[in-house]
Amino acid sequence: MSDVIVIGAGVVGAACAYYAARAGLDVTVVDRGPVAGGTTGAGEGNVLVSDKGPGPELDLALLSNRLWGELAALGEFEYEPKGGLVVAETDEVQRQLVELAGKQGVEYTVVPAAGLRDYEPHLAEGLAGGVHYPQDAQVQPMLAAARLLGHGAESYGHGTLHLRTGVTVTGFTRSGDRVTGVRTDQGDILGGAVVNAAGTWGGEIAGLAGVALPVLPRRGFILVTEPLREPLIRHKVYTAAYVTNVASDSADLETSAVVEGTPAGTVLIGASRERVGFDRTTSPRVLARLAAQAVALFPALREVRVIRSYCGFRPYCPDHLPVIGPDPHAPGLYHACGHEGAGIGLAPATGLLLSQLLTGARPELDLHPFRPDRFANSSGSPTATRGETETSAGSSRASEESA
Amino acid sequence: MSPTDDRVGVPNDRIPHDRVRDDYTCDLAVVGGGPAGVAGALTAALRGLSVVLVDSGARLGGQYFRHPPGAARGGTPGLDRFLRQARALGERAEVLLGHQVWTVTRDGDRLTVHCRTPDGRTVAIRCRDLLIATGAHDRPLPFPGWDLPGVLTAGGAQALLKGNGVVAGGRVVVAGTGPFLLPVATGLAGAGAEVLGVFEANGGLGLARHPVLAAGKAGEAAGYGLAMARHRVPYRTHQAVIAAHGERELEAVTVARLDADWNVLATRELACDTLAVGYGFVPQIELGVELGCETRQDADGMPVLAVDDRQRTTARGVWAAGEPVGVGGRYLAELEGRIAGLAVAGVPVPGVLARRRRRLRAFGEALHHAYPVKPGWQGWLRDDTLVCRCEEVPVARVRAALELGATDARSVKLLARPGMGWCQGRICGYAVACLAGESPRPPRRPIAQPISLGALAELDLDFDTP
Ligand SMILES: Cc1cc2nc3c(=O)[nH]c(=O)nc-3n(C[C@H](O)[C@H](O)[C@H](O)COP(=O)(O)OP(=O)(O)OC[C@H]3O[C@@H](n4cnc5c(N)ncnc54)[C@H](O)[C@@H]3O)c2cc1C
Ligand SMILES: Cc1cc2nc3c(=O)[nH]c(=O)nc-3n(C[C@H](O)[C@H](O)[C@H](O)COP(=O)(O)OP(=O)(O)OC[C@H]3O[C@@H](n4cnc5c(N)ncnc54)[C@H](O)[C@@H]3O)c2cc1C
Repeated sequence: MSDVIVIGAGVVGAACAYYAARAGLDVTVVDRGPVAGGTTGAGEGNVLVSDKGPGPELDLALLSNRLWGELAALGEFEYEPKGGLVVAETDEVQRQLVELAGKQGVEYTVVPAAGLRDYEPHLAEGLAGGVHYPQDAQVQPMLAAARLLGHGAESYGHGTLHLRTGVTVTGFTRSGDRVTGVRTDQGDILGGAVVNAAGTWGGEIAGLAGVALPVLPRRGFILVTEPLREPLIRHKVYTAAYVTNVASDSADLETSAVVEGTPAGTVLIGASRERVGFDRTTSPRVLARLAAQAVALFPALREVRVIRSYCGFRPYCPDHLPVIGPDPHAPGLYHACGHEGAGIGLAPATGLLLSQLLTGARPELDLHPFRPDRFANSSGSPTATRGETETSAGSSRASEESA
Repeated sequence: MSPTDDRVGVPNDRIPHDRVRDDYTCDLAVVGGGPAGVAGALTAALRGLSVVLVDSGARLGGQYFRHPPGAARGGTPGLDRFLRQARALGERAEVLLGHQVWTVTRDGDRLTVHCRTPDGRTVAIRCRDLLIATGAHDRPLPFPGWDLPGVLTAGGAQALLKGNGVVAGGRVVVAGTGPFLLPVATGLAGAGAEVLGVFEANGGLGLARHPVLAAGKAGEAAGYGLAMARHRVPYRTHQAVIAAHGERELEAVTVARLDADWNVLATRELACDTLAVGYGFVPQIELGVELGCETRQDADGMPVLAVDDRQRTTARGVWAAGEPVGVGGRYLAELEGRIAGLAVAGVPVPGVLARRRRRLRAFGEALHHAYPVKPGWQGWLRDDTLVCRCEEVPVARVRAALELGATDARSVKLLARPGMGWCQGRICGYAVACLAGESPRPPRRPIAQPISLGALAELDLDFDTP
């Protein structure tokens, strides 16, 4: 029997497992698929502080940003602290960007229009300026998740961390109210605590325990270009519209230019967000819009060829904040899901804080804003999580990814 | 379909063509100008449908009937007949060569085929029905040295030979499995290369009952047989090339005698400068997969589009013929194209065609069973043997990904990058699936062919909604 069972071997589950093992707990990670086969394998890998307004998510992001830097020292996955550049199309937007940067309490430099090309020589003409955020970084999320699990298994004594792929959780074992383990298609697995790190499927898992958690999919497409011989783009570059889209509550398609190079030489182009359930059908209209926005930002990309595209489903909650903490309706069950477009960035902080909870230590950040029972209609009816129910959202801006 | 039954001459101008936008509207769009596509397009055009056929190549022909410019007759059996069909098609339909289809979109009952031209223009073809006749590509297996210059796929060697008449090299070795190694060997020998041997990894059916010889018309079969004899090409079963050697280019190969599972029993070296290897084919089905067509697993383990006996897929208005529904050779491809053309035109399919199709399909499946890929090839690999050449991923990295928790080809790709490069896993996909211990899954390639961001940005989707 393990101290902790983690459901989900995405980047969030991997971080939860790693920090729990580091804290001395025995952990079993189960996933119905492979490591990183969920949204972690369909995202980019930005670790951003630039796109978040002051508030609990930015605090989480700052902690995570520092932790990713430490984890990178473990090695064997790409981590590039390359910085982000947010650009403004108009003077008014530039003024807002600068104002926001002043409130965030993160490192930044205001870049006047004339200075933009010092940062990104291939940017289009006519932009009004931008803000440079040196703390923004990028990781290769799939490898990072796999390596965190690997390090967790190797570093803290033999047998501390077990990974079981191809195991589907179908329910929970209970003792009275208390969750004592998971039922799976391969038998029951008992544990002292169960962590729901099932990402976009976190609502379904909660439903199996009879609790409602409104985690829903928000689809995003990414375009990937042929590898370029010379890096054309140095930072993560995105337009200010991205920040408002991220925080938007609209179900309709929203796109904004988010462009960056990768160590493999390819350029990744996002970002779209739409609420269409789990529909994987490729939308050429969205792809065309992403391409148009990228070319508008970097005209040199016009001749560069796209070789593939993929899509994924960000796990979002109505208030755009993740769910982190114990479930009051199902003692023994903890949630760590719903990170929307920032799960890669926020994974280490989520894992660390959860391990502190699990070991009875005081979490170094206040988890109150992330508590599972904060949703008005979540008092027990699991049906509330099904379908595209829109709950009125409380928060102003959210964190999201970058891609 | 023979060009003599051209009862209904459909003039070209039946196809509205907006010159300014380079867009077309037609009844039937056909992707692929091999035997299946040409037969399908011509059959439908002869029944009065307006047809546009697109192919990425410079000339019609596909894999088997690829031919150099101006080649009227030549070594390829059946080419004359094909060229007659192609001419007849040119008079009745719009044939767009050098056009690559990168996606097909749907708007209700309308399908739009999006192409790009070599000079970067985009062209859209709006149609009610679509025939997918995109053929197959080679299915290589990695082995040490397979990335050396001088090592070609069987199809690549054939293309070199047929496309521009270049003799692939002086001293040639042909290896792999399957009946189509034979025409490659005789083609090369006929063009003046010294073919040192054909190494068939399976026992197959032996040379006497060789399928190409058995299935071919009498003259054609005799042609291959004679050519093998005349050029004294040795045909060795249960042998394979398991490594290629050379400093900068191919200088020699290791030939091994194999047991039934392809484990190595004994080896010897053979000096040569060209190696043509082929282990079967991968049907190109991505356009169908993106349109939601159901797939099935063919006898060789490859995913193919599921069709009914009229070549109709499970997606409305989408038909498929030839290799995308299962590899079976050019006769079957042409026959299926014809059946699809009739069916799209609403003409009942004569029983005789249906029966022939069943017979040829059964034959194709028998070939898959006679020439399978056996697991022993994985023992030929070294840790540093590249699996994915685009991303330069060696075997060791694939195995490391499996240890890290990848359980299938997709997760191996996510962790180690094989298949993420230029060819999108067309070359390494099969091998990676085998290494991951699963059967190959239907490919997901929403962007079937690379397209520039500029062209993608200008994609005119309003054309979809008239
Ligand atoms: C296009 C796109 C771009 C993005 N870019 C970024 C970015 O740049 N930066 C960033 O921080 N974030 C980004 N994101 C968001 C990020 O990918 C997600 O927030 C993050 O991957 C979520 O990780 P996770 O571990 O919670 O979920 P997942 O990776 O989805 O893991 C959940 C796991 O749970 C498993 N599971 C589900 N149900 C069961 C069950 N019943 N039994 C067993 N296992 C189960 C699944 O198989 C899955 O592996 C992006 C997302 C998208 C779609
Ligand atoms: C080495 C070798 C030897 C062979 N020898 C024989 C033999 O002796 N006898 C025999 O019967 N068969 C032989 N075959 C098999 C024969 O080539 C095939 O059965 C036949 O070509 C299948 O015809 P098809 O119309 O289905 O596809 P193909 O002939 O492959 O035609 C498909 C066409 O579609 C085009 N296309 C594909 N995708 C796109 C796209 N996205 N956009 C635009 N165009 C596209 C391709 O360019 C190609 O021209 C051999 C094959 C090989 C590789």
